[in-house]
Amino acid sequence: MILIQAPFLNLQAILDGVMIGAIFALVAYGMALAWGVMNIINIAQGEFVILGGYITFAVYKLGFSPFLGAPLSFAFLFVLGFLLYKLIVNRVVDKDMFISILATFGISIMIRQIMNLIFGSQVETALTGLGTVFLFDHNITIALVKLSSFAIAIAGAIGVIYFMKVSKLGRAIRATAQNARAARILGVNTEKVYAYTYAINAALCGLAGSLVVMTYTIHPYMGLPYTVRSFMIVIVAGLGNIPGVLASGLGLGAMEELASYAFGTEYRIGLVFLLLVFILVYRSKKLAKRREYLK
Amino acid sequence: MMSDRKELIGFLIIFVFGILAPIVAPSHRIQFSELFIFMVFALTWNIQGGKMGYNTFGNIIFFGLGMYLCASTQISYAFNLSEWTAAGGINTFVHTIPEYFISLPLGLLVAAIVPTLVALVLGSFMLILRGHYFAIGTLGLGIAAGEFATTMDIWGGGMGMTVPIWPKVDGQDLELFLGVGVDFFFYLTFVLFLITFFTLRWLYSTRFGLILTAIRDNEDKAEAMGIPTMRYKVTGWLFSAFFMGLAGALFGNINGYIEPNEVAFNGATFGVYMVLMTILGGKGTLWGPIIGAILFQLFKEFFWTYFLGWQLVALGFLIVIIVVFFPEGLMGWLRGKKPEWFGEVVDKKARLAQVTINTND
Amino acid sequence: MNKLHKLLVVILSSIALLISAASTAFAKVEGDTIILGAAVSLTGKYAGSGKHTQKGYDLGAKIINDKGGVKVGGKKYKIAIKYYDDESDGAKAAALAQRLIEQDGIQYLLGPYGSGITIAMAPVSEKYGVPMVEANGASRALFTKGYKYLFAVLNSADQYLNSAVDLMAAKKKNATVAMAFEQDSFSLDVKLGVMERIKAHKMKVVIDDALPKELNDMTSTLQKVKALKPDLLIVSGHDKGAMTGIKQITDLKVDVPMIAMTHCDSAAINKNLGGGGDYTLCAAQWHKSLSYKDKFFGSGMDYAKTFETEYQYDPPYQAAESSAALLVYKAAFEKANSFDKDKVRDAIAKTDMKTFYGPIKFSETGQNLAKPMVLFQVINGENKVVAPEKWAEAKLIYPTPKWADRK
Repeated sequence: MILIQAPFLNLQAILDGVMIGAIFALVAYGMALAWGVMNIINIAQGEFVILGGYITFAVYKLGFSPFLGAPLSFAFLFVLGFLLYKLIVNRVVDKDMFISILATFGISIMIRQIMNLIFGSQVETALTGLGTVFLFDHNITIALVKLSSFAIAIAGAIGVIYFMKVSKLGRAIRATAQNARAARILGVNTEKVYAYTYAINAALCGLAGSLVVMTYTIHPYMGLPYTVRSFMIVIVAGLGNIPGVLASGLGLGAMEELASYAFGTEYRIGLVFLLLVFILVYRSKKLAKRREYLK
Repeated sequence: MMSDRKELIGFLIIFVFGILAPIVAPSHRIQFSELFIFMVFALTWNIQGGKMGYNTFGNIIFFGLGMYLCASTQISYAFNLSEWTAAGGINTFVHTIPEYFISLPLGLLVAAIVPTLVALVLGSFMLILRGHYFAIGTLGLGIAAGEFATTMDIWGGGMGMTVPIWPKVDGQDLELFLGVGVDFFFYLTFVLFLITFFTLRWLYSTRFGLILTAIRDNEDKAEAMGIPTMRYKVTGWLFSAFFMGLAGALFGNINGYIEPNEVAFNGATFGVYMVLMTILGGKGTLWGPIIGAILFQLFKEFFWTYFLGWQLVALGFLIVIIVVFFPEGLMGWLRGKKPEWFGEVVDKKARLAQVTINTND
Repeated sequence: MNKLHKLLVVILSSIALLISAASTAFAKVEGDTIILGAAVSLTGKYAGSGKHTQKGYDLGAKIINDKGGVKVGGKKYKIAIKYYDDESDGAKAAALAQRLIEQDGIQYLLGPYGSGITIAMAPVSEKYGVPMVEANGASRALFTKGYKYLFAVLNSADQYLNSAVDLMAAKKKNATVAMAFEQDSFSLDVKLGVMERIKAHKMKVVIDDALPKELNDMTSTLQKVKALKPDLLIVSGHDKGAMTGIKQITDLKVDVPMIAMTHCDSAAINKNLGGGGDYTLCAAQWHKSLSYKDKFFGSGMDYAKTFETEYQYDPPYQAAESSAALLVYKAAFEKANSFDKDKVRDAIAKTDMKTFYGPIKFSETGQNLAKPMVLFQVINGENKVVAPEKWAEAKLIYPTPKWADRK
């Protein structure tokens, strides 16, 4: 009803949703990479995001603009992802996917509490000093910080896509994703590919986290929603469908905002998950008709 | 009944423990009740995760449902449920002894049956999904269940609801067994564990158990052989739902307070614990989940007492170690080391027949 | 034979562990130290406020010990506190309460952080007849169950924002209200209190939103506020709600004549949000500028200074009320002149004292009815008390200046 009363709210909801969706899409892209290339569902995804946020927050606390923290978060998480791969993940990468889920779950709870110990447990945010923009005679409000996050997220995603297409490592990653054994036979060092893929995933999360602390707030125990939404997006888009992942991320954001206007915020999360289940079952049923199933 | 002497001894130890624990170590009663409930968690998860190869994150739905339903039945028997939960439980009501002891079995009955029916409905479409999609789908359902419970005002919404208090006689807690209500519920959890254990033990020894493992090993081939796999998958889930519902009902009464996301549908802890315990002990075996639950509880208690502030780091580290170095769990590792002692005999008659032939020669 | 062997090992090691756990058991009094027990949220979503609570307890114990400790039976005793982490989880807190009482032999409890967790722990302390003085559980449901061993030094949740609603009613007739509440015991209880006042003043509710528990985004609520232009906006969602609310109100330049929130100072909105928190009305159990004082902490300002020296930040009221709980115990031990938990309980019930936190006197149900809630407004980055009138140090600024008019 409110959506009809104030028609601009629809446009506003979509804009807000897309802006928050861009951050989800970034995290989902990383998740899709790790999953598609190494068959690892990284449960620590959300924790990487929050950690990236804390790095930028630390930069902000030192008196610098949080935008300077963004590349730092990216780099820090890249290195951390690489290290975590070499120490732990490489031992589970060729095992049952469920094992890797548990292993990354173990990593996630460790990181959570370590962040709590190092950074404290208050909710934190970083101020960017950006203002607000009004459109259509004050009917549409856009917080500039959200717009800049959106821009940076898209830029980050495009940057990584470009890297994948053009660089040697990028091509090696894509080859390994298609067929790891063949890639190995052709001389690709799959171990290195895996390590760099996981590192890139972590870096993407770190960048996303940097945007989160600027646009919203962070807290050591707020990582789970990012993990869950990122793999929901990947499921809905389908593995290997990178543009789909990005589009689904934006779409999910928009859908959540519209749902909370239409149905009230308390049903938002529940409805989103039901939608996920519905999509999964629907797709499976379609495939079942051909005696196949979702792989 | 107990064909295997080793099993018999192992079982006797647990049985004696169950009977004597509240007397010998009364201060740990709640932990022991929790232990038996965790064993039920692991045993039922094992039906899907271990035996059937379907990793589920949704069993918590039945647990939470059972919890809410049992408490609701207990309350509605004597009072008005919405009055009980109104304004965050601002009104007080006390059950009389007959009211309490009639509503409790009713509550348990409802807590066992309704989740089972829910599993029947959910299973009919969820079990079409395979592998990780099933896992994620059930995860989604689990989270959605918790969120929707938060919106149900008759169940207290986000504020949750309290559970009927153990009846008092002249202001004193009614004494049953050797102590207060805690003991009573402890023995109920013990009995639940026994029922779950024996039911599953019987179940695995029948063709049903073999079909479950066939589904795990290669579902398509099983289907090709003409087995109606869907029927078996759903039935397996029905068993899990039944016991999880009862476990939830008992846990709610022991805890005294039901909160939708933190207690009833807590996938982030209980949902994960059930998986971890089974893997720790060895999934796919009968005793694996039990041993896993015991070990897990021990580790948890140890970490929470001695590693305060770091306990989650220690737990995470433990999980990583288990998963990386002992993916088959304790039972699996022991089997690998000493197959003669721990290995499973698939076809006992044939094996005995072999031995008999040899000695006759 | 080896299965038996393995199982025996497991059972024996569990017994060993139990014994080892028991051997570290604390008695209620050890030597010259009285031991209080507490489960607080050191991790999990309430960790921020849980830490404030713990620091408040620790400071309270420290100051009391420094100033001569507790005198019972002619002898001086120190106070020590045994902590467990309830991980912001009610079920765990209840188990920990059981553990403190049964395994550790604790006879006197200090409350946890948060209504939901206190609600989970109270039945346990009640069942064992162990007094619990709590400082951070405000939900009314705690006081209607006939608990005899629960005592709360703080005001109940339903009183938090009532004065804000009353202030609005005084400024404008038939005002419209928008609210956003998190769906937990405390926030919903605040809502109940607020709704009662709204009905009494015949105000109209135009937005009634539930704050999403996990994701920290209030945009949809605030956009609705921009569209519907209510007179009063109320937000209650613990620290996260306050911080998210102010941040997004600033980012979206939402204009509302009056904004009232809870948990402003534990989220430090006056300092961390670049002035965005200005003009917000905040519910507070205590404020350092109030003129209460006692001989342990001095005045509110003295307490704040001591706290800041010790922990390097300004104490939010969660810390102050936690310290006050220790004062209650000290007085009770000395009044009962005994360590018997029931005598101590009776002495607590008769508490009638003035502290830096405010007067403390418990009703039949264990509530502190002697102390009023205060409302402060953030003015230029400083928290100034504006209600009740008696304690006001600044005049309420109403209406909140529009964003376009601010510098």
